[in-house]
Amino acid sequence: MPPEQILQYLLSGITNGSIYAIAAIGFNIVYNTTGIINFAQGEFLMLGAMIAITFSKIMPLWLAIPLSIIITAGVGALVDIVFIRRMKKPTVLNMIIVTIGISILLKEAALHIWDEKVRSLRFFSGDETSSVNIGGAFISPQVFWVLGVCALIVSLLTLFFRYTALGRSMRATASDPDAARLCGISTKNMITLSFMLAAAIGAAAGAVVSPLTQTQYDCGTSFAVKGFTVAIIGGLGNSIGAVIGGILIGVLEAFSISFLPLAFKDVISIGILLILLFVKPSGLFGNKAASSLRKF
Amino acid sequence: MARFAPVLILIAAVIVLQLVLHFLGISFLLTQMTMSCYYGLPILGLCLLMGYAGQISIGHAAFFAIGGYINAVLTTTNLNVHDGIGHLLAMLHLTISGTDMYGTATVYLSPAIALLCAMVSAGLIAFAIGIPILRLKGHYLAMATLGFGIIVAKLIVGTKIFGGADGISGVPSFPIGPFAVSGESAHRIENYYIAWAVLIGALVLIINLINSRAGRALSAIHGDEQAAESIGIDTARYKLSVFVLSAVLAAVGGALLTHYNGSIGPSEASIAKSVRYVAIVAVGGMANVWGALITGLVLNFLSLRGFFGSYDEAFFGIIMILMIMFSPDGLFRRPDIGALRRWLKRP
Amino acid sequence: MKLLSVEHLTKAFGGLTAVNDVSFHVDAGMIKGIIGPNGAGKTTLFNLIAGAIRPDAGTVHFSGEPIHGLSQHRIASRRIARTFQNIKLFPHMTVLENVIAGRHTRTKATFIAGMLSLPHTMHEGAAAEAASREILDLLGIAPLAATEAGSLPFGRQRVVEFARALALDPTLLLLDEPAAGLNNHETDEIAALIRRIRAQGITVLIIEHDMSLIMEISDSILVLSSGQRIAEGPPAEIQRNRDVIDVYLGAADA
Repeated sequence: MPPEQILQYLLSGITNGSIYAIAAIGFNIVYNTTGIINFAQGEFLMLGAMIAITFSKIMPLWLAIPLSIIITAGVGALVDIVFIRRMKKPTVLNMIIVTIGISILLKEAALHIWDEKVRSLRFFSGDETSSVNIGGAFISPQVFWVLGVCALIVSLLTLFFRYTALGRSMRATASDPDAARLCGISTKNMITLSFMLAAAIGAAAGAVVSPLTQTQYDCGTSFAVKGFTVAIIGGLGNSIGAVIGGILIGVLEAFSISFLPLAFKDVISIGILLILLFVKPSGLFGNKAASSLRKF
Repeated sequence: MARFAPVLILIAAVIVLQLVLHFLGISFLLTQMTMSCYYGLPILGLCLLMGYAGQISIGHAAFFAIGGYINAVLTTTNLNVHDGIGHLLAMLHLTISGTDMYGTATVYLSPAIALLCAMVSAGLIAFAIGIPILRLKGHYLAMATLGFGIIVAKLIVGTKIFGGADGISGVPSFPIGPFAVSGESAHRIENYYIAWAVLIGALVLIINLINSRAGRALSAIHGDEQAAESIGIDTARYKLSVFVLSAVLAAVGGALLTHYNGSIGPSEASIAKSVRYVAIVAVGGMANVWGALITGLVLNFLSLRGFFGSYDEAFFGIIMILMIMFSPDGLFRRPDIGALRRWLKRP
Repeated sequence: MKLLSVEHLTKAFGGLTAVNDVSFHVDAGMIKGIIGPNGAGKTTLFNLIAGAIRPDAGTVHFSGEPIHGLSQHRIASRRIARTFQNIKLFPHMTVLENVIAGRHTRTKATFIAGMLSLPHTMHEGAAAEAASREILDLLGIAPLAATEAGSLPFGRQRVVEFARALALDPTLLLLDEPAAGLNNHETDEIAALIRRIRAQGITVLIIEHDMSLIMEISDSILVLSSGQRIAEGPPAEIQRNRDVIDVYLGAADA
């Protein structure tokens, strides 16, 4: 394989991989504060893109996207307040079923609000034909936007969790909800906040990658499965692991095109997920004892 | 035996329903009823798996599709009749011969043999993935079954022999003695009864299972896995057995429905279908075979009749959410209904 | 005859050695008590013997056969029954069903035989039910047979767990703090129950914090502290043992 092609695949892989990583981080945020895997996480990415696309028709991108993020964060809050908080018997099994149901609702709502057509957001700079030459590989400038946005999200989150009082409260809730409550932290609100945060970063990721991957009402499931795979690889709850895992999966998928029929591209990430679940569910970087201590 | 009293009532209801529809002249409704029966098989299996073994599976439609596709492929692939395996199978009377529209001789595997293959395949696959999958718990188990479902769905769509997005059509009818599983309207009534016979047969086996030593072991596993182990129950083996049973039931449903419809498409393997099965079991009550059965029949019938229009998927999503939020033990196990039943049973 | 022989059993969790080179034995027909302050490793010891966790080192022999490393259900089928510190009944099943479940190892109808309801499965089921009812009678809880196990008061639940353990026809019964949460009257009932069980020829290994109960019914007592065997012997000896007293009350200020 000529080096330019390797570079091409590599960059494509890293681009997709960073989106998977953001989806994974979304899973991690909710998982850390609630012990729940929110199966509807993928829909947040889809909604972020869809809403941004609609708004971008009547306002400039720099306004449309933040609005979309805010609205999607609102949807995230609603998901928690309307459904999650009201659960009578919040067992693991029931949580799984509820979040799957929510994911379906969001998907169907999107289908009826928009339609089943494939759409995409405008390229942030240039259009679908512009490309930048990097060492012989031709990539769209959007790739830089994707990488930039993802890097920004990760840094902002790190700063948020480490240096702000709110971030610390969320970490406290994640660590020990009872103790957090005793310190006066409203765990209920922290949970709602984590849903909002997960939705917001999902929306941002969905919007920025939409020009490259196209958006459709049912594209959320694919993001969710890949995001979950990456979250597991990095160890559930471990966001640095998620970034590394994301890049790994993204690159693997990109190179798989050279020896697998395109239809089977998704099978790779799922296959890895299954193998990982069977062999080392705590992921490459997770700690087995710590992960089993997580209160469900 | 007292435990089969409800079955006899069901049989009576089935017959009455058919007669009523006949006299009302709306026998065409039997078609969707028949299809609902076949969808009832994976639902029964899932009810056992979720309710009694406590294992969630959001990829179960995969087994339904495996059954359907195997039957479709084996009964529509023309085997060479003059030599090789086609000849051997024909000699063993395992095939059905005919001619296609161009006049060439055709030999297809007999549907009954294909069904056997479908059941064995589904069973083996369930056995193979069941061993690692059932060691998982909670979210990991859910994701693993989801992943399995997606892989099967993608493999089906991406593999030429399965017809890609168009699926396989031209699936022949399935002769059973003097009858046949087929979609022709002339055979509508007989197919209605065939489907019910199969479903009731499965129901009888399951009722027996629930009331047996194995059923009690499953109930124990559901109650407290470690305690079950401590009284000598090999939980891993029982969970695997239920998983395999539920897979085989789904495969039978898929195979028979394929012959009834004359075709099968990749949507039967979709996660949407898997989720639908889970929703029905959740509403019917996870450890409640009758609840799941009735819910499945009613909801699938309505869905097949297009009752929900474009809100079909949304409907199942909503009831799943509402049920788990407010009535996690299903509609039929609510304390008010329990009180009602006790009141009805009073001496 | 040494029914149960534990040699150099060791188990560590991360940095904490929960059970450290513990050796002891239990003679057939004996009631052996295990005591020790909280965190001494008593329940871990039970879990090791019952197969819930694997030892890092050491052996466990039952009737001369090695059972260390076997899974829980295998050990149960060798007629070693156990109860749990935080009662583990099957809450949605009735008392009778809970006890019949305990007959699992004494019956053998297979999955498929069950589905086909073959005649021998019916006979076996009837026999299991009869045996279970006998046990309920023995323990005086026959009137509770049709009650949902999860709805019973704590003390009654303990007795049901006993009944289920007895349904195994065990040779060795491991009781983990059977008197926990019981008042004096209920504790006396448990003591009488344990004596009746021993009278039937069942060997009992019991963890307890209730000193009067343990001293009263045990033939021999093993004392653990911080995972190690501190002392072993008849109750009278243990009560006078300097090390044991130190461990419970703290060493006298020098």
